[in-house]
Amino acid sequence: MIKTWVTPGGVHPPENKHQSMTLPIGDLPIPERLLVPLSQHIGAPAVACVKVGEKVLKGQKIADATGPVSVPMHAPTSGSISAIEDRPIAHSSGMLAPCIEITSDGKDTWIDHQGIADFEHSSPQMLIKIIADAGIAGMGGAGFPSAIKLNPGHQRPIDTLIINATECEPYITADDSAIRERAAEIIEGIGILSHILGNPNNILLGIEDNKPEAIAALEPHVADTGISVVSFPTKYPSGGEKQLIYILTGNELASGSLPADAGIVCINIGTTYAIKRAVVNGEPLISRVTTMTGNACGINRNYETLIGTPVSHMLAHSNFNEAACSRLVMGGPMMGFSLTSADVPVVKTTNCILAPSYSEIPDDEPAQPCIRCGMCAEACPASLLPQQLFWYSQAQDHDRLEAHNLFDCIECGACSYVCPSNIPLVQHYRHSKGEILKARDEKVKSDHARERFEFHQQRMEQAERDKEAKRAARREAAEKAKANSATSTGAGSAADIIAAAQARATAKQVNPEQQRAKFERSIAGAEMRVTMAIEKLAEAASNQTDEQTNILNAAVESAKQKLEQAQVRLADHLEKHKELDSEQVK
Amino acid sequence: MAFKQITSPHAHAAQNTAQVMRLVLWATVPGLAALTIQFGWGSLINVVLAVVTAVICEAAIIKLRKRPVAFYLRDYSAVVTAVLLGLALPPLAPWWVVVVGSMFSIVIAKQLYGGLGYNPFNPAMVGYVVLLISFPIQMTTWISPLSLLPDGVSHPGIIESVNIVFAGYSPADGVTGATPLDSFKHSSGLVVDQIYQNNPLFSQAMFAGVGWEWVNLGFLAGGIVLLATRIFTWHGPLAMLGAIALMSVIFWDGGSSESPGSALMHLFSGASMMGAFFILTDPVSSAVSNRGRLIYGALIGVLVYIIRAWGNYPDAVAFAVLLANFAAPFIDNYTLPRTYGHTDRRRATEKEEDA
Repeated sequence: MIKTWVTPGGVHPPENKHQSMTLPIGDLPIPERLLVPLSQHIGAPAVACVKVGEKVLKGQKIADATGPVSVPMHAPTSGSISAIEDRPIAHSSGMLAPCIEITSDGKDTWIDHQGIADFEHSSPQMLIKIIADAGIAGMGGAGFPSAIKLNPGHQRPIDTLIINATECEPYITADDSAIRERAAEIIEGIGILSHILGNPNNILLGIEDNKPEAIAALEPHVADTGISVVSFPTKYPSGGEKQLIYILTGNELASGSLPADAGIVCINIGTTYAIKRAVVNGEPLISRVTTMTGNACGINRNYETLIGTPVSHMLAHSNFNEAACSRLVMGGPMMGFSLTSADVPVVKTTNCILAPSYSEIPDDEPAQPCIRCGMCAEACPASLLPQQLFWYSQAQDHDRLEAHNLFDCIECGACSYVCPSNIPLVQHYRHSKGEILKARDEKVKSDHARERFEFHQQRMEQAERDKEAKRAARREAAEKAKANSATSTGAGSAADIIAAAQARATAKQVNPEQQRAKFERSIAGAEMRVTMAIEKLAEAASNQTDEQTNILNAAVESAKQKLEQAQVRLADHLEKHKELDSEQVK
Repeated sequence: MAFKQITSPHAHAAQNTAQVMRLVLWATVPGLAALTIQFGWGSLINVVLAVVTAVICEAAIIKLRKRPVAFYLRDYSAVVTAVLLGLALPPLAPWWVVVVGSMFSIVIAKQLYGGLGYNPFNPAMVGYVVLLISFPIQMTTWISPLSLLPDGVSHPGIIESVNIVFAGYSPADGVTGATPLDSFKHSSGLVVDQIYQNNPLFSQAMFAGVGWEWVNLGFLAGGIVLLATRIFTWHGPLAMLGAIALMSVIFWDGGSSESPGSALMHLFSGASMMGAFFILTDPVSSAVSNRGRLIYGALIGVLVYIIRAWGNYPDAVAFAVLLANFAAPFIDNYTLPRTYGHTDRRRATEKEEDA
């Protein structure tokens, strides 16, 4: 018995897994048309490399990966490309996205392909390239390109490889059935992963104890492989990556970090099968096991489903009763999202199509007020306080939400599941996360704008200062030039300049006698102007208009004032010189 | 084919708020039964009267607030508040005491704050305290327990009880008497052993006070049922009872005349068990995290003991709960659990996580 750790919280919803396990994995007839979305994974969408009307073979690449985080797409069957356009895809918003439509020719003819018989002798880099070219993205739900996970870089040595066979969501049995029927190939796939990662010390295959048949199927194949099959008590959401890592290793991933940072690579067990098919058989990822279940379907079982198969095609072959169906879910009842249309295709991450009846999953009841009963906090696997997060979500208090670690919520839905008031808690958290991310984004933008503005402001001021400096420099240069030209007419030396300045200063100093004479002259002049003005006034008074008389009166006044001023100046002058004279006498 | 767009999770546990509330109501049955056996029909009349008043008030206010009346009445929260208030009030209290308290609980303490989920204070305890302060005589007149009634006197029958409550008839002599907490408080000068020998409330008791120990056992039984069904966690109740026990042990004082009484007496007297399992577990007005509820419960336990031992009131659960309600948001700020992937618990008020 290998030691496991127990995560906090968790819930035990009815498993409902037996319904789809009564029959082995089946095959569906090839649909007439298949729709391959260009984005079925995390990262950049693929870009179509075929044209409408082109004939393609099964397994032929129809879209190239773009950029480092992306995967290519392959034709799931042979036929012709009938459209490359936006179509509704499996997304919670029901949005449209670019898709390639293939009209099947019914022959299902494979393209030439070849695998590697002995991968042990191939370099990890080459195997990673095969996996990347096969278009493999995590098939557990997130769809992260597997090749990137397997190439964590030298600075992050991988010590532990975890294979996630938890399948903790109710209803889903895709992994369970695949393990029961394909254990040998899955173990071979794990061997390839181990080889790529340089044979990590621990290879742990985590599986819930509600799958004893699967565990029994694995046992004979794991002998001498170094793989430990670790079973642990069934509890939702043990299959969350963070939860599973804790259960198997007792280590928590630091908030915001990746498993690789802790020396761990975590791969879904369905992905290991796809990797085996890619490496050993040379087949790209063009089909997967998908559970078709729910009471609105007469047949509940797993199908090996071609990627791009419309959900309606699956329903049509499962005795689907639309009137009885309360909702159509892609994924499980806890984290799956509802489909508004059955025309959307199965993609690389589609592990289940759930078509429940009204008695299985009735319509939601209206939400009642939160009474903070705390059942959600007891159920939360991340030890959050969902009731407080809800409270602050309603108040849009972003600071409090972040202090309550909103972004550590994995949206498993355990809180909403137990909420006695039927509050769609997860929906509130998604909304708040979106709002906070938007606000952060806007803050970055406004910071940029402010920085730009401030820089602009600074630049303008600098330009103004530069101009001013230039002007000053020019003025100085001009003055220097003037001074140079002045001194060059006289003597060139500094002593000459000083002498010249002194000469100018002495010249300015006026002889007091001369000054007195000048004042006396100005008084005489003023006296004369006053007499003239009076005469003019007298003359005018007899025969001119009042207006002119007024002007002349003013002229007389002003002449008198000037005379007075001149007399005052002379008096001052005399006074000053008296003092000077007496000083000289002393 | 078109289908409904519904957010995940799609599965939902069967439990709803009304079921939680109904379970709480069922869990009060042992306590109510003990009260009725020990003190007559009074408590049952209180409960019925309080429930009728509360439901009428709740419906009227919801109607005033233009909300769907039936939808809100179906959550049973008003009934729970009323039942708890009815259980807390003295049996055979005049009808208007019950009506006023019940109205105050629902209209002022609950609906004016926004209704279910938004009241900062425990509505039943607000109603109780308003009555205790406004009508001290009616609120401190208790019935004697069954076994302490004088010879030839019995608890009034149901008709007589109704007459006492509604028509103001006086109960027969000897039907009313002191409670254990009362008598302990007013037995100064006697050492604990003397009180236990002289006072039939204690001398005829199994381990705490006659009658009252049964009532507390009843509420304890109901509380254990709620704990087992995970309606609430053990943190609050255990912290309160633990704090009362610890305080009683610390201040036991060797059973001298100054001693406020033994731990057993305090745990099984007054509203200790009802408070621990039915009052402080009201999630709306309590602290939210488990750690917070430990502090919240302990605070109530300490306050109860302090007021009982050195305050003016013989019992104190209502005051202690209201005081702790004030403190709950503050406690919440500092008692966040440690989230997965974080090295330490955070404060609700911090802007950025400490490195």
